[in-house]
Amino acid sequence: MDLALATGIQALSGIATLLLISLGLAIVFGMMRVINLAHGEFLMLGAYSAILAVEAGINLWVAMLVVAPLCVGLLGVVVERLVIRRLYGRMVDTMLATWGLSLALVGAVTMIFGNTVAGFSAPLGSVQIGAYSTSGYGLFLIAATLVLLAAVWAVLRFTLAGLVARGTMQNAGMAAALGVPTERVYALSFAAGAAVSGLAGALIAPMSGVVPTMGTAYIARSFITVITGGASMLAGTSSAAGLLGSVNTLGTFATTPVLGEVLMLAIAIVLLRLLPQGITGRFFRRSL
Amino acid sequence: MTEDRRALLQAVLALLAAGFAAWWLPQVLELFAIINATVYVAMALLALSLALVWGFGGILCFGQAAFFGLGGYAYAVAALNLPDTTYAIPIALGVPMLAAAALGYVMFYGKVSDVYMGVITLTVTLILFNFINSTAGDEWRIGAAPLGGFNGIPATPPLNVPGDPGTALAPEQIFVIAVACLGGCYAVCKLVLRSHFGRVVVAIRENELRAALLGYDVRFHKLAIFAIGGLMAGLAGMLFANCVFVSPTMFSLAYSGQVIIWVMVGGVGTLLGPIIGAMLLQALTAWAGTLPEVNPSLILGLVLVVAVLAIPRGLQPTLAALFRRRTP
Amino acid sequence: MTALLATEGLTMRFGGVVAVDDVNLSVAERELRCLIGPNGAGKSTFFRCLTGQYRPTAGRILWRGRDITGLEPHAIARLGIGIKTQVPSLFDGLTALEGVTLAVRRKHGEREAKRRAMAALERLGIGELAEAQVGLLAHGQRQLVELATVVAPEPDLIILDEPTAGMSAEETAGTATLIREMNRDHAVIVVEHDMQFIRAIASGITVFHQGRILVEDCAERVLADPRVHDVYLGRPPEARMAVPA
Ligand SMILES: Nc1ncnc2c1ncn2[C@@H]1O[C@H](COP(=O)(O)OP(=O)(O)OP(=O)(O)O)[C@@H](O)[C@H]1O
Ligand SMILES: [Mg+2]
Repeated sequence: MDLALATGIQALSGIATLLLISLGLAIVFGMMRVINLAHGEFLMLGAYSAILAVEAGINLWVAMLVVAPLCVGLLGVVVERLVIRRLYGRMVDTMLATWGLSLALVGAVTMIFGNTVAGFSAPLGSVQIGAYSTSGYGLFLIAATLVLLAAVWAVLRFTLAGLVARGTMQNAGMAAALGVPTERVYALSFAAGAAVSGLAGALIAPMSGVVPTMGTAYIARSFITVITGGASMLAGTSSAAGLLGSVNTLGTFATTPVLGEVLMLAIAIVLLRLLPQGITGRFFRRSL
Repeated sequence: MTEDRRALLQAVLALLAAGFAAWWLPQVLELFAIINATVYVAMALLALSLALVWGFGGILCFGQAAFFGLGGYAYAVAALNLPDTTYAIPIALGVPMLAAAALGYVMFYGKVSDVYMGVITLTVTLILFNFINSTAGDEWRIGAAPLGGFNGIPATPPLNVPGDPGTALAPEQIFVIAVACLGGCYAVCKLVLRSHFGRVVVAIRENELRAALLGYDVRFHKLAIFAIGGLMAGLAGMLFANCVFVSPTMFSLAYSGQVIIWVMVGGVGTLLGPIIGAMLLQALTAWAGTLPEVNPSLILGLVLVVAVLAIPRGLQPTLAALFRRRTP
Repeated sequence: MTALLATEGLTMRFGGVVAVDDVNLSVAERELRCLIGPNGAGKSTFFRCLTGQYRPTAGRILWRGRDITGLEPHAIARLGIGIKTQVPSLFDGLTALEGVTLAVRRKHGEREAKRRAMAALERLGIGELAEAQVGLLAHGQRQLVELATVVAPEPDLIILDEPTAGMSAEETAGTATLIREMNRDHAVIVVEHDMQFIRAIASGITVFHQGRILVEDCAERVLADPRVHDVYLGRPPEARMAVPA
C-alpha cells in the first residue's frame, strides 16, 4: 500500500515536472505557432536568476516565485522585439534563430558563471509515508504545477486578455480585422511564455542542480511533450505530460533512468506516427 | 545540354581541387595540423550530406549527427571485429544508410509534416545519444568491441592498406582519402541533381502535390535522398573515427546543431556553400576557443541568429548575387 | 462498354459538412463533360477524391471497371489521369520548360521529353515563356503553364478545375479551342462558371449542388432548366455567370 502510494507520488511528480517545463513552450507554440528552441535556456536563466536573488539575500520563495519569472519575462520581451517579430510566419527560420539564441545564451552564461554546478537545496524537508519517505518539495512541486495550470486556464477563460488571446489563437486574421492589436498579443504571449519558463526553471532548480547547459537536458523533453499534445495548449500538454511522464516513471522504475527516458521518447514517436496532429488533433479538440 | 556540361565541369573542377589539396597540404602541414584538417574535411562532408537532404530534398533533419555517429560506431565496432579494416567500410556506410531508410520510411510513408519531422529526427538522435552514453559496463560489447559508454571507443584501429592488415594507413594517407571522399561526394551530388531522379527530388521540394499528380512517388524519392544523405553522413563519421575516435558526443545535439548552422550560413539549396560554411565556421570556432574570455558557443549562436536575420539565403547565393551585380 | 471513369455513391464528409454526397457519375472514353455548380457545391472536393488527394468517406471509384479507391495520388496519375487544380499548383522555383519536361519525362527520354514539353508550351501560345521562372509569372500565364503541364503527357482523362479563371478573353478562347482539340483523343472533365465558355465547348453538363448531382443532361436542356436557375440565382450579383434568358 505504502509502496503503491510512494510510486504514485513518484509518477505524479514526474508528470508535474514534465508539465512544468513544457508549459512555457506550449503557450508560445499554442498562441503563435512558434517553436522556441531557446526554451531550455529560459529555464536555465530562471534557475540562475533565482540563485542570484537568493545570494543577494532575497527570500527563497520570493526569488523563485517572483524574481525568476520577472527576469526571464523581461528577456522574453527583448527577444521577441529583436528576433521573433522579424520572423513571423517563417516557422523553420524561427526555429533556427532561436537555436542560435540558445547556443549564445549557454555561451554567455558559461562565460559569466563558469561551467560548474550551482544550486540551492530543496526547502520543506521530507514527508513520511509509512515505511517510505518522500520529499516535501516534490509534493510542493505537484501542487505548484496544478496551481499554475489553473491560473493559466483562468486567465484564458475568464479575463478580457484571455478572450483576446483565444480569439487570436483561433483566427489571427479575423482578430486583426476586429481591431485586436495582434502584434501586442504576440509580444505579450511570448513574454508570458518566457515568464512561465523562468518560473519553471527556478522551481526545478533545487531538484536538478544548475549548470549553463541544463537547458539541453530539458528542451527535447518539453518539445516532445508539446508536439505530442497537439494544438490545444493546456489539454494537449497536460495529457501528453500525463502519458509520457507515467511511461518515463514506470520505465525508470522497471529498468534504468536512461532506458526509461528512451522508452518515453520511443512512445512519443509511435504516438506521432499514429496521431500526426498530436493527441488534441484527435481528442479533446475543443478544449483550451 | 549546356547546363549538363556545366555540372560536369563543376564536378571535374571539384575533383581537381580536391586532388590538389590532397597532394599539396600534406607537404606543408605538421602532423597535428594534418589530423585537424582531416576533421575539417569530415565535417564538411557531413555538411554536404545535410545540404543535399535539406537544401534539395527539402527535408529539415535535426538529427543528421545520428547518422554521423552511427557511421563512426559501425566502423569502430566492425574494425575491431574484422581482421582487415577495409571490410569495415561497407558496414560503416550500410548501417547509417539503412537507419536513414528505416527512419525515412516511418516519416515519409507516415506523411509526417515538416515540424514533426524536426521533432522526430531530434528525438531519435537523443535516444541514440542516451543509449550509447549508458553502455559503460562490460556487458555492453559487440564481439571484440566494448561500446565504452561516455568514454567511446578510443582503441579504434585506423584503415589499413587494402589486403594488408598489418600496415595501417598514416594520417597523411587518411587525409588524402578524406579529401577524395569529399570531392567525390560533391561530384556525385552534382551529377545526381542533374539526373532525372535529382530533378524529381527538387520538383518535390518545390511542390509535393504537383509532383504526385504527375505520377511521381513523393515518399519513395524522399526516402531515397534521405538514405543517400545518411550514407554520406556515415562516411563522414567513418573518417572522423579514423582521425579522432568515436564517442557519444558524435550523436549530440551540439553536433546536429552545428551542421545546420554550417548549411544555413553557407546557403540552403547550394552544395559548395555548406562545405565552405563548415570550413569557415570550424575555423571560427577553433579561433574563438583560443580566446580566454570568450565562449565559442556564444559566437556560433550569434552567427546563426545574425545569419537567419540578415542573410536568410546564406553566403553563397548572397555573394553570387553581389558578384553578378558588379559584373553585368 | 465499361465507362472510362465511374463513381459509385462517392461521399466525402468533413466533420458535419457533407461536401460530396452520394455522387454517381460516369465518363466515357473521349467524352467531354462540363461540371457546373455554385461556389461550395463540392466540385473541387469531388476531384480531390478522384485524384487520391482525399480518401472518400464512402463509395467507390472505378477506372475502366477497376476499383481504384484509396490509391495514392501518384498511382492514380500513372493510370492516365491528369488534373489542373483550381489554385494553380506549379513548381515555382523551376522554369516553365523544366516543369513541363518533368511532366512528360516519366514516359520519354530526356531529349524527346524536352521536345514534347516545348511543343505543349507553343501549342498554348506561351513558347516565349519557356525559360521564365514560373513563380514570377502573372496569374493567367500560370494557368496556361499548368494547362501545358497537364496536357503534355497526354493523359486519358484530363480534369480541369476552372481553367480560364484569371485569363484574358483571348486566352480563354484559345483554351476553349485547346479543350476541343484535346477532346479528340482524350476524355475531358471541365469545371467552369463562364456560360460563354460552356456554350463554346458545347457538351454534356452535370450540375452539382450541395454535394449532389442536381441535373445531368445536354447543354441546351440544362441551361434552360428552371432548377439550375434557382441554384444560380442564389449567387451574389458579382458572380461571373450570366443566367441565360
Ligand atoms: N478540407 C476541408 N475541410 C473542411 N471542409 C471542406 C474542406 N474542403 C472543402 N470543404 C467544404 O466542402 C464544400 C465544397 O467545397 P469545394 O471547394 O469542393 O466547392 P467547389 O464546388 O469547388 O466551389 P468553388 O466553385 O468555389 O470552387 C465547401 O462547403 C467547403 O467549405
Ligand atoms: Mg472549386
